[in-house]
Amino acid sequence: MTRPLLAAVLGALLALAGCMEVEQVSSPEKQAGQTVKRDTNPWSNEPLAMGPKWSKGDRKSWEEQIKRRQFAQHEHKRIYQ
Amino acid sequence: MARMKFLSDAERCIECNGCVTACKNENEVPWGVNRRRVVTINDGVIGAEKSISVACMHCSDAPCMAVCPVDCFYKTSDGVVLHDKDLCIGCGYCFYACPFGAPQFPQAGAFGLRGKMDKCTFCAGGPEADKSDAEFKKYGRNRLAEGKLPACAEMCSTKALLGGDGDVIADIYRERVARRGSKGAEAWGWGSAYGQPPKGAGGAAPAAPAGGKS
Repeated sequence: MTRPLLAAVLGALLALAGCMEVEQVSSPEKQAGQTVKRDTNPWSNEPLAMGPKWSKGDRKSWEEQIKRRQFAQHEHKRIYQ
Repeated sequence: MARMKFLSDAERCIECNGCVTACKNENEVPWGVNRRRVVTINDGVIGAEKSISVACMHCSDAPCMAVCPVDCFYKTSDGVVLHDKDLCIGCGYCFYACPFGAPQFPQAGAFGLRGKMDKCTFCAGGPEADKSDAEFKKYGRNRLAEGKLPACAEMCSTKALLGGDGDVIADIYRERVARRGSKGAEAWGWGSAYGQPPKGAGGAAPAAPAGGKS
């Protein structure tokens, strides 16, 4: 009597566990060509109002401010900036 | 032209796990996924114990890109290795190929099913629109698009972890090595990730300066 009951409970648990599976599907537009979406460049963004400044779209000015920021990692130079 | 790299200085790291916390917090990385972790080598051996901060190093010749069966990896123009989660099938080949154990796989179901791969993005987001909700949910914050550097490197209290343009961090490290008089071999993982520069090229590999003590 208990064995079929136990089997039924285990079966129900397994079925419920199956419902927890998260569906993982590719977006349809990407299945066709299977190509990676191209990313935009960081310098093509508008700088934040209170953040570091560069000219939007200008790679050189973005790189220059990133390099300046990097010197904060240099303990012998950052106190003189 | 900036070429983004990480440098983990084994001589400096105090195993505070600040980088791990910064990464988790900045990118809201889910439970069970560690994009960055601190590893201790020679644990308990007096004088030989070192800690290193490990994550995706955004290799010059990334093995994960080479083995991916669905070709979901790409490299940005500033050298950051990113991937498209819409293409990833969670096969785990990249994990086997990576010398740093960087790719992470969240548990996606009740039977131990692996989810789509997750890894350090150098705080550069992913292929979704910059600073969008979709990008944040899938890949985390895009600090490069805000003109900032990775949170882990900026938060490192001892500056053991350097992140940014390879030339600049190599210069910082070179000067540091000269001051402390070591041989410069503490830049853990640099050789594996970025290799040695070709002869005659002014590469960025931080070697001990000629005048340094040994």
